[in-house]
Amino acid sequence: MDIEDRSLTGNRRAFLQQAGALTVGAAAAGLIASPPAIAAAPKFRSDIGVIQTALALEHEGIAAYRLAGKSGLLSKGTLQVATIFMGHHEAHRDSLAKLVIKAGSKPVAPKSDAQYVAELNLASLKSEKDVVALATTLEHGAASAYIGQINAIKDPKLANLFASISADEALHWTALNAAGGGQIPKSAYVFA
Amino acid sequence: MRTPLRSTLQLGGVAAAGLFAATIFARPSLAVDDVSAGQMLYQAKCTGCHSVDADRIGPRHRDVVGRKVASVPGFNYSPALKKLGGIWTPARLDRWLSGTQKMAPGSRMYIEIDDPTQRRLLIAYLKSVSKPH
Repeated sequence: MDIEDRSLTGNRRAFLQQAGALTVGAAAAGLIASPPAIAAAPKFRSDIGVIQTALALEHEGIAAYRLAGKSGLLSKGTLQVATIFMGHHEAHRDSLAKLVIKAGSKPVAPKSDAQYVAELNLASLKSEKDVVALATTLEHGAASAYIGQINAIKDPKLANLFASISADEALHWTALNAAGGGQIPKSAYVFA
Repeated sequence: MRTPLRSTLQLGGVAAAGLFAATIFARPSLAVDDVSAGQMLYQAKCTGCHSVDADRIGPRHRDVVGRKVASVPGFNYSPALKKLGGIWTPARLDRWLSGTQKMAPGSRMYIEIDDPTQRRLLIAYLKSVSKPH
């Protein structure tokens, strides 16, 4: 992140630092939080398919945050928040992969870093602002994707898990959108 | 407060919108408002898995209208989609978006967009990033 960009982003950086502090606080207060329990493997073949698609999405999100974190473009406060968000995606990945294994299938594997760099055009990111803009877009898409897939799910407990994950993605989007100076949407059903 | 960052982003948005509008005005069959609204819907609903110019969870959408189904070189399509065959016409895309698993059970996309207006706008945007037919 260059000096000029730092001077432009003081408010955003401060926001992210505050968001990081708030998020850490919330995490400390919510240590007993856990994903919706799904004791048995999904009963329907189509549910395995939708889980695998979601798992691929989580792999991509983890890679985006991990690679952006190593880019040197992020300030300390932003990196702290990005690391927390990456941890959420890793928790989602683990929940989804366990279900696939329970169902006797093999979880879809992540792609290579080179593939993610190419597919997300990560080489084009030149500043923290660019990283925040990309993450904002990806998180909105992810929140919407989870909501959009719920109709196809047969197991209500799995639908609950997807709704919970979507809410996490929406939380990420809200923080990132504010950090990038985006407006709060005037219309309801932001992720529908 | 109007921050320099916000100004930069807004200027960038205006420039992009200008370019976008110039492109669309060259396509008389597409309504600018529909395409713009479709682009916003696309960014909201599709970018979790898709990009216009890159294969990600799903294949790229550049030139999808008029493209043979399951034909992007190197993309790992499901057997269900390979079996579907045919061409992605606006009518077929409308059916696809209304329920992917109804049209190709076992495909890896699980979206049902019930609102026909949303489907129309999304298809208008997809047409705008495809070669005219």
